[in-house]
Amino acid sequence: MTMSNSQDIDLAAAKQEFTFTVYTENQIGILNRIAIIFSRRKINIESLNVSPSEIEHIHRFNILITETEEVVSKLARQIEKQVEVLKVYYNTNDDIIWQEMALYKVPTDTIAEKVLVERLLREYGARVCVIRKDYTVFETTGHRQETDKLIEVLQPYGLIEFVRSARVAIIKDSEGFNRKLREFEKLEPGQDVIENEYLDRKKDVFTM
Amino acid sequence: MEIAQEDTTTLSTPKKTTTVTGSVALLEGLIAEGTETIFGYPGGAIMPIYDAIYDYKEKLNHILVRHEQGATHAAQGFARTSGKVGVVFATSGPGATNLVTGLADAQIDSTPMVCITGQVFAHLLGTDAFQETDVINITTPVTKWNYQVTDANEIPDVLAKAFYIARSGRPGPVLIDITKNAQLQLFEYSGYTPCNHVRSYRPKPIIRHEYIEQAAALINGAKKPFILFGQGVLLGKAEQEFKTFVEKTGIPAAWTILGAGAIPTDHPLNVGMLGMHGNYGPNVQTNQCDVLIAIGMRFDDRVTGRLDKYAKQAKIIHMDIDPAEIDKNVKADVPVWGDCKDTLRLLTKLVDEKVHEEWHNEFKAFEKTELEELIHKELNPETGELTMGEVINQLNILTKGNAVIVSDVGQHQMIACRYGKLNDTRLSVTSGGLGTMGFGLPAAIGAKFGAPDRTVVAVIGDGGFQMTLQELGTIMQFGVDVKILILNNQFLGMVRQWQQLFNDRRYSFVDITSPDFVKLADAYHIPGKKISEREDLASSLEEMLNCKGSFLLEVMVSKEHNVFPMVPQGCSVSEIRLK
Repeated sequence: MTMSNSQDIDLAAAKQEFTFTVYTENQIGILNRIAIIFSRRKINIESLNVSPSEIEHIHRFNILITETEEVVSKLARQIEKQVEVLKVYYNTNDDIIWQEMALYKVPTDTIAEKVLVERLLREYGARVCVIRKDYTVFETTGHRQETDKLIEVLQPYGLIEFVRSARVAIIKDSEGFNRKLREFEKLEPGQDVIENEYLDRKKDVFTM
Repeated sequence: MEIAQEDTTTLSTPKKTTTVTGSVALLEGLIAEGTETIFGYPGGAIMPIYDAIYDYKEKLNHILVRHEQGATHAAQGFARTSGKVGVVFATSGPGATNLVTGLADAQIDSTPMVCITGQVFAHLLGTDAFQETDVINITTPVTKWNYQVTDANEIPDVLAKAFYIARSGRPGPVLIDITKNAQLQLFEYSGYTPCNHVRSYRPKPIIRHEYIEQAAALINGAKKPFILFGQGVLLGKAEQEFKTFVEKTGIPAAWTILGAGAIPTDHPLNVGMLGMHGNYGPNVQTNQCDVLIAIGMRFDDRVTGRLDKYAKQAKIIHMDIDPAEIDKNVKADVPVWGDCKDTLRLLTKLVDEKVHEEWHNEFKAFEKTELEELIHKELNPETGELTMGEVINQLNILTKGNAVIVSDVGQHQMIACRYGKLNDTRLSVTSGGLGTMGFGLPAAIGAKFGAPDRTVVAVIGDGGFQMTLQELGTIMQFGVDVKILILNNQFLGMVRQWQQLFNDRRYSFVDITSPDFVKLADAYHIPGKKISEREDLASSLEEMLNCKGSFLLEVMVSKEHNVFPMVPQGCSVSEIRLK
């Protein structure tokens, strides 16, 4: 727990990218509870992905920030303390495999005339999602630099729209995660969120 | 607890259901949780619950406060003296936003509290309806957990979860926002089942025995061990375990402001208060000890002073139930996660019986210096204006340390906490982490309900009293027996002290004028008296304490008296100043 030598201190004090992996209940408001743990320390979330995990009722967050490990470890504990958070991990880029997905919309005529589409697809690992008379949508996945590069290439050809997803990350050293989650869900099944039947019955309800 | 046991016996038989409204289910749930007193204020969006409570007057004692903030502080006072969960009712919109200060105070001071707010009809959510406010999002940073109920079927389980979360682990405030339709809705109610498990929530970390062993080894090898204890000992109801541990190890123990009373003031191993205005010895010795044992405390900056010069020479053992507190401010060499009621018991078995006489004598020497240079003058001045210290000292003589002392925030708070004599646990109620001026009066009301057999004295400054003095109405209406002791220095004294010491006496907006407090009390039919002479002090305090029912005593004290010792901000604890 203690830092034994000066080299460790330097490492802990240097800011770098950290990816949090957070397992939570599927509850309204938990996103806010987690987000304010960062914002109260004026830490910017650089990328955020929330989606259902492989287990029903359990959601998985990936949160990317740049900070020192010392702060990151405190954040992790403060997140894990939230009632509806099951587990928090944090990892450096060396500990994870991550991808971001990007979509690029370009005018079909220009692209067809001026770009060697085949080269593009091969060089940047891009795929074509849609081809219409007026536009074409390419898709690529990779690290930030890779998706950025394709913007540069397509920009001169009249890039119409671009979007990039948040980082999704798999932890290299996470053997048995899926099994643990399944066992957990089996032992303690989650609860369905009760839908509010009154939300759509405006006229039937007396108001003061 | 008893309810849980009862329930296991009835579990096998199918439950009968009755058709009730959400409001009735809520009140039934509160009764099942052992709630007797509710502090609240009605309004449009919580009307169905108030309509239901009309029929529950025999079972539930509802105290109508004068402002919702007062309800939260009263619930806090109740929780602190009783060890139970405080309960608050408030309406939507402004009613709910008025809870925020009390929630924040309860959150930072780990006070168990369940607040129920009314909310507009579910179909109006998000439409800027009358008295609609996004209470859940407003209160998220200041609650341990919160939840919005839009369907009455959820009420029993959500309430059970709320109570469980509020009081288990590191306690804290919980808010349930119930839309009006859910309060009115009829549903099949099958009884109340207390909650004792939430799958994503681990209130108690698993105790790791290797750390207990490491802690014991450090303690047994220590020449100058020093214990710092906080409210965790009280919250864990571990006063007995703590006393046994302290007495077996013979280690001097000092308290944080919220840990006061975990062992009596006069206990020979109690060496005093920590922190900015704490005692001389405990602060200096923090930087002299070889092993620092922190129990149920969180190394607040008002305790540690400058962190990079804090106990650097010592090995640190940090015992806390909340893993997020370990290494947050001070790096622990041995982190002992767990409920201190359990960890102290385990640790006590492994530690050697010792006396540490020489080390104790060092504390005594510091105590002697502080007594001679400071305390004596504070408590027994013979000439000049009255001091706050002598008022508290006189109060101690009369109460013999058996009264609940509720304090507000500021100079008088530091004096009340430094000098207040506590023979028992749960006798000191104050706003520690948040430093909420205006806390004192409403908290005293709740404290009295939490400890009805105790004398409750609310020590309040002239500034803080004016922040929540409307609660005199509550005291009047419900005949709450609270002794109000206003220490009036005609200044916002703590800020004035800082302006004097650090801003060249540029007294910026600290000169506060007060109304005639005795007349004000009289308007509320509360007897009162104002004194400024030493010869009147003892008899007036006695009159106050002997009065049947509430009494307001205003004591005019020295205007520009400073609280010392003091660790100036940005300084190390060992740089503590006696003047």
